[in-house]
Amino acid sequence: MPDGKRIEIQVLRYRPEEEERPVWQSYYVPYTDDMSVLQGLQYIKDELDGTLSFRWSCRMAICGSCGMMVNGKPELSCQTFLRDLQPGPVRVEALAHFPIERDLIVDVGEFVKKLESVKPYIIPKEPRKLSDGEYLQTPAQLEQFEQFSSCINCMLCYAACPQFGLNPDFTGPGVLALAHRYNADSRDGGRAERMEILSTEEGVWSCTAVGYCSEVCPKGVDPANAVNQNKVNSAKDYFLRFLSPKGESK
Amino acid sequence: MKLKRSNAPVFWLLFGAGGMLSALFGTALVFLTGIATPLGLMGPNAMSYPRILAFSQNWIGKGFVFAIIMLFAWHAVHRIYHSLHDVGVPLNAFTKLICYGTALVITVVALFALLSIGF
Amino acid sequence: MSRYAAARKGYVRPMQGWWRRDPFFMRYMIREITAFAVLAYAIILVVGVVRLAQGEVAWNGWLAALRSPGAILLHVVLLVSMIEHARSWFEIMPKTMPMMIVGGERVEGSTIMRTGWAVSAVVTVVVVALAWWARS
Repeated sequence: MPDGKRIEIQVLRYRPEEEERPVWQSYYVPYTDDMSVLQGLQYIKDELDGTLSFRWSCRMAICGSCGMMVNGKPELSCQTFLRDLQPGPVRVEALAHFPIERDLIVDVGEFVKKLESVKPYIIPKEPRKLSDGEYLQTPAQLEQFEQFSSCINCMLCYAACPQFGLNPDFTGPGVLALAHRYNADSRDGGRAERMEILSTEEGVWSCTAVGYCSEVCPKGVDPANAVNQNKVNSAKDYFLRFLSPKGESK
Repeated sequence: MKLKRSNAPVFWLLFGAGGMLSALFGTALVFLTGIATPLGLMGPNAMSYPRILAFSQNWIGKGFVFAIIMLFAWHAVHRIYHSLHDVGVPLNAFTKLICYGTALVITVVALFALLSIGF
Repeated sequence: MSRYAAARKGYVRPMQGWWRRDPFFMRYMIREITAFAVLAYAIILVVGVVRLAQGEVAWNGWLAALRSPGAILLHVVLLVSMIEHARSWFEIMPKTMPMMIVGGERVEGSTIMRTGWAVSAVVTVVVVALAWWARS
């Protein structure tokens, strides 16, 4: 039962068929201490204004759908609590650096294309037969990439990254972390193929080590580390490519 | 998605070397040459002409001074170049020339000056 | 084509003044600005080396310029910038390094950072001490 507390939630609305530019709209939402910003938005949609549009799914910080700016910071709304934002107002806006489609919904098409571009799957080092059995991997080998496999594609790191904001062609922290997840996997042999993306200006070289991406990541992926580690790898590749007969460093 | 390999590694390695050198030695050097010696804390002859000349005529001294000047310069211009982009200045051949050109001029001038004082 | 298709171009928000949006970005900008101090000092040094090459009178002129109140004030600013450069350099350095495992344990980024700060402090003290020992 709501205990009589209300908080103001200001949402940046945008309905392209109705208005030229986004506009702030205020709602007064009764809340309890266990309510997340997402639940606040759901209250608005259910009780106050059914036209409010936003993405969500799992409500437990694993699907990556509900990313948005809460008081100017990239957050998962299901994991951000109204009690921590007292007395309000809570300002909610679509994830920064992405074009707004509608209300809190951003255009993620380019992000998906970038994910596909880094070949996010094990590329075997040499052809394997089924009779070779499964790959064996030690805990130490797993540790090399496990953290980077935690990414839930929530794109908070993109909202945090000013270089992506300034240049949407930048591959970006999340996708580069995903590329690193495979490069660092002992089962994988696709490093040279992925280096074609990493070694471009839009690959790791747009990064200026701001580091905010790793600050906002809800899963501890540390994309800043993935990207900047690969500056060393890219530099090695750049200089050592002349040594290997195939023109690639191994 | 463009697939052109970037030449950034060259500048980035210089940036890194200069950044590390200045992070380790910058504080002490600025203090010594710019504050302690001018205020007389290191004695009246700490940076006297004969002393510094002898230091710089020596290969090791030359190398040290050259490394400091050159790497500090290349570190700084790389960062400044990217900061210009951060504040909305377009990155083009002109800005690249101004930034990295400055470091090149500093490098060449330092090289000539250090060689011309002889051994 | 849906009647909404034309409206789907998406609203792009401007990036002007992005670094004022968050204290994290402000600290980043301060870090980046330290580069001007590093450049300024490199220029001061290269002018010094040129003066050295031009002979004793020129060199003493450079030394005299360093003794002016303006020059000393400038160097105080440069000193503060160098300290901030060193601090922020080792703060970000762990991000550039691959995973380090020592004795079966993962080395934390904060450990690398603090080690860097410690080395920087020790080197500073050692260099100043050596100069003091060689003073004349």
